[in-house]
Amino acid sequence: MTKNMDYPSNDITGQKPLNNSLLNNKIMVQGLNLYYGDNQALKTIDIDVYENKITALIGPSGCGKSTFLRCLNRMNDLISSVRVEGTVIIDGKNIYDKDVDEVSVRKRVGMVFQQPNPFPKSIYDNVSYAPLKHGMVKKGHKCDDLVEKSLLQAGLWNEVKDKLAQPGTSLSGGQQQRLCIARTIAVQPDVILMDEPTSALDPISTEKIETLMLELKEKYTIVIVTHNMQQAGRVADHTAFFHMGELIEYADTETIFINPGRKKTEDYITGRYG
Amino acid sequence: MNNIIEPTSEKHQSSQVVNDNPFYDPTLIKRHNKAKRFKFFTIASIVFAICFLVFFLGDMVVKGLPAFQQTYVQIDVTYNKKTIVSTRKAIDKKYRRIVSRAWLRNIPKLVEASPELINTTRKTWVLANHQIDQYMKGHYYKIKDKQLKLIQQMEQQATIKLKFNSLFFTHGDSKTPENSGMLSATIGSILTLIVTMLTAFPLGVMTAVYLEEFAEDNRWTQLIEVNINNLAAIPSILFGLLGLAVFINLLGMPRSSPLVGGLTLALMTLPIIIVSSRAALRSVPDSIRQAGYGLGLTKIQVVQDHVLPLAFPGIMTGSIIGMAQAMGETAPLIIIGMIAFIPDSPSSIFEAATVMPAQIFTWAGMPERAYIERTAAGIMILLSVLISLNTLAIILRKKLEVKW
Repeated sequence: MTKNMDYPSNDITGQKPLNNSLLNNKIMVQGLNLYYGDNQALKTIDIDVYENKITALIGPSGCGKSTFLRCLNRMNDLISSVRVEGTVIIDGKNIYDKDVDEVSVRKRVGMVFQQPNPFPKSIYDNVSYAPLKHGMVKKGHKCDDLVEKSLLQAGLWNEVKDKLAQPGTSLSGGQQQRLCIARTIAVQPDVILMDEPTSALDPISTEKIETLMLELKEKYTIVIVTHNMQQAGRVADHTAFFHMGELIEYADTETIFINPGRKKTEDYITGRYG
Repeated sequence: MNNIIEPTSEKHQSSQVVNDNPFYDPTLIKRHNKAKRFKFFTIASIVFAICFLVFFLGDMVVKGLPAFQQTYVQIDVTYNKKTIVSTRKAIDKKYRRIVSRAWLRNIPKLVEASPELINTTRKTWVLANHQIDQYMKGHYYKIKDKQLKLIQQMEQQATIKLKFNSLFFTHGDSKTPENSGMLSATIGSILTLIVTMLTAFPLGVMTAVYLEEFAEDNRWTQLIEVNINNLAAIPSILFGLLGLAVFINLLGMPRSSPLVGGLTLALMTLPIIIVSSRAALRSVPDSIRQAGYGLGLTKIQVVQDHVLPLAFPGIMTGSIIGMAQAMGETAPLIIIGMIAFIPDSPSSIFEAATVMPAQIFTWAGMPERAYIERTAAGIMILLSVLISLNTLAIILRKKLEVKW
């Protein structure tokens, strides 16, 4: 193998420059450090996330990929012991600036979780709740339209259109997860963060969600954390490999999987650990 | 193996068979026996507890049931100007030691209520006094021969009999046992509990929501937490002293009133409500909160619309159990004077009142035999109210529980 010779000798962070002439930076993360108390969980992360692309974050358990994902919509602020340093610039504004309200960040940067977590309310209410609270729509036709549009986009409309009043928790796991995606879309975010969205689902539901993600990237920027490397290979345009709180490598998915620039990445991809 | 042991006796043969069993384990018999013994002890303790309960309830019912009946005698009652002033003269002399004095005292009121009674003599069912009542219920009582004969005579004429004791539910306490009832104590209890609920429920739930959802985990909140848990373990009589010192002496609220009683009980119920509400809030899965925050909802929206509805059944259950406990509490109320003799029902939370357990306590200390059955009957009523409160708690929890 000649791969060893490809390792860039002067690359300090392990990042490979991407050919980004055709790409728009949606999120620019610069020098991000995160501490749980005295314990540093993320070490000087620099990464650019591109618009209308799917970026996958991979790495062994505890490597900080989920923690990093949660930095992008300030979900970590909910944990009182967490301290964040550095900047996360979304659309030209650092979301950690003092004049930025974390609530409005989360409206623009939606999130889908590992376990499907619909509210214990009806399917309709699950989707309409947040838009109503944000004052995006008022109850009535417009709200109905928004619910329909969101469910259509999430590929769930045909399955639930006759039972919108039933509780969201009555759906199957895969349907619940798509309901959660519909709920996120309904708020009309720019970015959707997905934290292992299919790890609790069966292969068929997983495939549906993956197809959905590929459709959604036309409109949204998607960042996904996944344990499943095949999944990253199938859906992601770019892949970032995290290890021990460090960003080891970030490149086109193809490059990461076929021709990784770092030994650690290769070891992980080939299943030597993780 | 088989060749070594010769099947010489039946005993040997059987052990031979057992040893052939590949699942044979000689220690098992001992272990199973141990499990059986343990099971026996657990069942025995349950049976023991049930026996106590059955004895307690049975004794209560046997002693208390007669209180729901009361002896009445049918005699001539004369209503005129003279008898209104001197009510003893309304009835024949020979009945004077049979009839309840409390009933006679009521004659002026009767006439006032229905003026057509004046200057008439009518056959009326009149309340008998407690000695006669107890005699009729089969208890030994010192009664003079003269009256004994009279009663036997009346029994033959069916002019003396046991009727349903409605007085027990429509009267307050009285110094004459046959005339005393639970009404004023019940109303006192209701007023007190309303005050308790209106104070303790919002305070408790708000505190729990703050501690569970908003407060940061630092030294101050830990201090508050420890103190709340300690508060739940404080002897209730100390709350009575606190109520006396703060509400009555410092703030000058009316003594013996449901207001003071309710506030004192609220202090006592608060920790129970806080602890159970916090447990209910904590049992709401964090994923619901995350879902809410992930959609850009504010903290109050998440708590109010998603967390509280899910925690509500648990909060209600805890609160109702706290209320039930407050309802049965006597010690702190004795300190603030709610043990007073209250013949008339209180009409507001500022008037002197007594509560059901305090009423039971008062009757339990009375020398007359008739109060014994009233004590038991009072306990029956209090217990049935408590059981219905707890049933309500269970129904509420089942009804409000959100299906997942």
